[in-house]
Amino acid sequence: MFRRSLVWWLLVVAAAVVFGLMTQSERVLTLAIQTFIFGALASSWNILGGFAGQVSLGHAAFFGIGALVTRELWLDGRPLAVAVAIALVATAVAASVVGVPMLRLRGIYFAVGTLALGVGVWLTAGNLWPGISSLPVDALRGYEFTGPYFMALGVVTVTVALSIWLRRSKMGLGMMAVREDEEAAAATGVNALAYKMMAFVISAVLAALAGAAFAYFSVSYYPQFPFSVVWTFEAITVVFVGGVGTIIGPLVGAAFFVTGRDVLSSTFPELQVIAFGVLFILVVLVLPGGFVEGGERLHERISRRRTSQHQQATPDATPDATARESVKMEGKEKV
Amino acid sequence: MTQLVVQSALSGLLVGGMYGLVALGLALAFGVLNVLNVAHGELVMIGGYAAFFLFSEVGVDPLLSLPLVFVILFIFGMGLYQLLFRFIVRFDIETRIKNSLLISFGLVLILQAVAVFLFTGDDRTIVTGYSSNALVIGIVRIPWIRLAGLLLAVVAAFSLEWLLNRTTFGHSIRATSEDWSLAALTGIDVRRVYMIAFAISAALAGLAGSMVSLGYSVSPSIGLSWTLKALIVIVFAGLGSMRGIVVAGMLLGLIEGLSSVWVGNAYRGVVALVVFLLVLSVRPQGLFGRGSGAHV
Repeated sequence: MFRRSLVWWLLVVAAAVVFGLMTQSERVLTLAIQTFIFGALASSWNILGGFAGQVSLGHAAFFGIGALVTRELWLDGRPLAVAVAIALVATAVAASVVGVPMLRLRGIYFAVGTLALGVGVWLTAGNLWPGISSLPVDALRGYEFTGPYFMALGVVTVTVALSIWLRRSKMGLGMMAVREDEEAAAATGVNALAYKMMAFVISAVLAALAGAAFAYFSVSYYPQFPFSVVWTFEAITVVFVGGVGTIIGPLVGAAFFVTGRDVLSSTFPELQVIAFGVLFILVVLVLPGGFVEGGERLHERISRRRTSQHQQATPDATPDATARESVKMEGKEKV
Repeated sequence: MTQLVVQSALSGLLVGGMYGLVALGLALAFGVLNVLNVAHGELVMIGGYAAFFLFSEVGVDPLLSLPLVFVILFIFGMGLYQLLFRFIVRFDIETRIKNSLLISFGLVLILQAVAVFLFTGDDRTIVTGYSSNALVIGIVRIPWIRLAGLLLAVVAAFSLEWLLNRTTFGHSIRATSEDWSLAALTGIDVRRVYMIAFAISAALAGLAGSMVSLGYSVSPSIGLSWTLKALIVIVFAGLGSMRGIVVAGMLLGLIEGLSSVWVGNAYRGVVALVVFLLVLSVRPQGLFGRGSGAHV
């Protein structure tokens, strides 16, 4: 099962590589890059919020640090790889430092604390770097979409691969145990704070990686922009619309969000935000598992219809499936 | 220098009263329904626009239109409850907080976008004949309109305490926030209590909005910063007393006002956030917090 899904993932990545080499349209490439960056950012939030169950509202701080450090060092003349590496290390250090006091907070206090942290860092970045950051003129003249495309693709691939690995690892299981019931997990000998800390730092570093891709891709922006709390909110929206706690959910959500924004913003920009807000609320209320759960339910219904056509003789198959579904629903409501 | 410090401290206390007023409604909704409404600041924004257009289109003075704005937002709050938050109060407390956070975040997106669409992104302020009048005491100037905001916050806090402590309906609100299932057993209509408590919360946001558009300014994007201040105030003050919330708001305003002098105006918001985070790291449950059990 795992082997087969690994083959599928490799095929998808290979298709994305071929796609990047073949496509000439700048609009399509831009959309793809934005989807990758959003997918990576959303997946990184998903590790902390979806796996470990800690709803952070300060995620943009790490996206911003990654973008800022990468951009400054890179425009300063250092190789991109060096700039990104330093940005990741800096983020890991920052996240480790703020993680300890933050993760002592529970539930709403954690959400409000991280929100305050994110807004504080955002305001400070705006104060320290007030000027706009633009690519130099000669870099602009030779601007190619291919470089950012492959960097963003690499970033999202690394993020997703790490998420897949995490979910199967002992560390990921520890995180999910903390999400389901922190007291119970601690009582059975799970070091809750350590697992939350790992989720916090991994999630922050991956967000910084997404920020690095943003810094490499963008032509000009205010350095405070990636710190904006809007990035956090949009990432959370994308995660929940796609399917919180799943691997593919954040990617599906990101693709949906970016293309939806592109289609609607050319005609009626406000409508896009309103439509997304309404959709988001509906998902939280009606489909707590997002698109992924919707797809699963649909799939289950179809396959159940098939089995019931084939096996008319086993009437107890249907109530069993319903019972299973309701058990799953109860589990989902807690997320 | 002394004048600057005293003036900044006073301005801070006045704007802090508004933080307290915004926090009152947020605390009521959180304490009674366990609903964390991050769109509370957007309700402030709507109240601000209501007062603004009542003034500019109909010509009603913003101080006279306060009851009207209260009623408008009360009805709006009932509508929001029936449309959205009614579905959340079915969950257990932990899920309520998380889901209400998500849903009200969706509401933030919608209300902001609708406001941009209807009213454009411009900053608006109500300018009346008395807007520039001020109370002058020695070396400091206190604008009457801002003083009125602080007074309103104090009056709202005392009225709310009177409602909760002295009236039968207030007792049913408190009973519901203590234990809704026990309250329901004693014959309290819990759903009605929820709806009205949420409506009062929205109406209080409306009052705050009126004073914001009179003493400060209104634009579609003001909501988040008011919500953030109110959240900080609640974490500082806990949900124990309404008066305490206004005092905590003024304290936050004072910190901001003084830091604008001593650290620099660009960092007034940052300093307040740092102080807040320091308090949280010492007291992870807030200054007066009592675990996750939320009581009014």
